[in-house]
Amino acid sequence: MALKLPIYLDYHATTPVDRRVLDEMLPYFTEDFGNAASRTHAFGWKADAAVNVARERVASMINAEKPEEIIFTSGATESDNLALKGIAEFYGDKGKHIITSRIEHKAILDSGKRLEKQGFEVTYLDVDKYGMVDPERVRAAIRPDTILCSIMLANNEVGTVQPIREIGAVCRANGVLFHTDAVQGIGRCEFDVQSMNVDLASITAHKMYGPKGVGALYVRRSKPRVRLVSQMDGGGHERGYRSGTLNVPGIVGFGKAAELVTTEWRAEAARVTTLRDRLHQKITSELDEVFVNGPWPAVDASGVVRRLPNNLNISFAYVEGESILMSLKNVSVSSGSACTSASLEPSYVLRALGVEEELAHTSIRFGLGRFTTEEEVDYAAKLTVDSIQRLRSMSPLYEMAKEGIDLKSIAWTAH
Amino acid sequence: MAYSDKVIDHYENPRNVGTLDKNDDTVGTGLVGAPACGDVMRLQIKVSDDGVIEDAKFKTFGCGSAIASSSLATEWIKGKTLEQAAEIKNETIAKELNLPPVKIHCSVLAEDAIKSAIDDFRKKQAVKREAKA
Ligand SMILES: Cc1ncc(COP(=O)(O)O)c(C=O)c1O
Ligand code: FES
Repeated sequence: MALKLPIYLDYHATTPVDRRVLDEMLPYFTEDFGNAASRTHAFGWKADAAVNVARERVASMINAEKPEEIIFTSGATESDNLALKGIAEFYGDKGKHIITSRIEHKAILDSGKRLEKQGFEVTYLDVDKYGMVDPERVRAAIRPDTILCSIMLANNEVGTVQPIREIGAVCRANGVLFHTDAVQGIGRCEFDVQSMNVDLASITAHKMYGPKGVGALYVRRSKPRVRLVSQMDGGGHERGYRSGTLNVPGIVGFGKAAELVTTEWRAEAARVTTLRDRLHQKITSELDEVFVNGPWPAVDASGVVRRLPNNLNISFAYVEGESILMSLKNVSVSSGSACTSASLEPSYVLRALGVEEELAHTSIRFGLGRFTTEEEVDYAAKLTVDSIQRLRSMSPLYEMAKEGIDLKSIAWTAH
Repeated sequence: MAYSDKVIDHYENPRNVGTLDKNDDTVGTGLVGAPACGDVMRLQIKVSDDGVIEDAKFKTFGCGSAIASSSLATEWIKGKTLEQAAEIKNETIAKELNLPPVKIHCSVLAEDAIKSAIDDFRKKQAVKREAKA
């Protein structure tokens, strides 16, 4: 089969909708278009029934006790906002301290910032050089007035899978509610809200082969019963937690995507791991001075998966990330380089891992997924190697380094 | 970000990539920028006895616009006198390459690199004159 270009290797940003998902969604746009809140006729009942099937499927994917624990939202940004602000508003009288990490998604970090303006105190935990949050640091950060801890299941840039089970146990033992942004880990690593003692979890459909603009917040209903204040006023949908007419086709697709994750994730993770390792091997065997950002090896000595199976984040010393992207024009990836960001600041995640700025500028994130093939990986690896070699031949830094000049000894004219 | 055709052309077919002997006293070397900022340009000129730039080479660590700016700079300064080369402004480079506002600093770096190469050459000449005197 001929290779179809461009190749998509940015599955952390979003994923295509699986055909099987789309097929289930389609009737809900046209024939079965009812409003799930319409109680007076068959159109409404049908939509409501479809939403309930989806709710069960999403609940079952994360091993929630009851479908009612799933609140549908517009995506994980909304879920993260609702979790942090909703909990802060409900439990604010009990305490005003929240714990999170430096490498969370902006939806968490910026919600935290807003809460700080409202009198809450937020502790941003440091991570180690692999991006790992130490559960002992969580324990040490807990105070009598701590109400919530929010740590992501897996990081979207460097793929670090957090010790959620251990952090969950610490929070539970100390009576602190535990939220996790599970977006990147769903369908890629182990996730179980029961055994991991997770009280709230954000999920989004478009990172798991469902449609964009639909997601969920899992809110535990018993042991402990978690309460939150809705952040949107209106018709009282989703048991009052999230008003707004439900996106029925989107939710149906989300449900189907969840069912596929439940049945297929293990096999998919194994397949994608093999492809990712192949990409890593092909790149690192051909190039010197390339550094993997985040946990490597991906599986630690005790067999625990520390990195998402689909993630490879590499710094190619002496060549700037945006120029690499330009040269990988048939391969869609992303970079932590400053030049690609509107702010002209390199990735805050890489910085938090202690990656030096000069290396942060040279990073490329590869994100593999369900539809990635071996041919695509081989093509991407070859193009990457060729591009890096070409760009290094144009890099003054590579030339100087090869001459044995210590780049740190030079008085650079920072601007 | 969408690149202009001219940026793509210079990026894909950079003019004058390479290295001149920095110890040659007819060569001036400008090294500007910083690895921590994500951009470093090295621009070198070889100057004839009558003060004309007869060759120019560059190597750049930076985005496509930075590479294109330095490539264009070498193209423009070749055959010019030092005085003429020193007059090249970043705005002219940015305009020629259709750089968007966030990429203006890449052209500034190219202007700095030209100036810095000229300075280096003049310093070397001064040292040479002193040695002779
Ligand atoms: C970890 C993480 N959290 C939250 C989000 C936001 O999700 P959504 O696009 O559904 O708002 C993303 C995706 O960009 C993500 O990677
Ligand atoms: S070198 Fe960073 S934007 Fe051009």
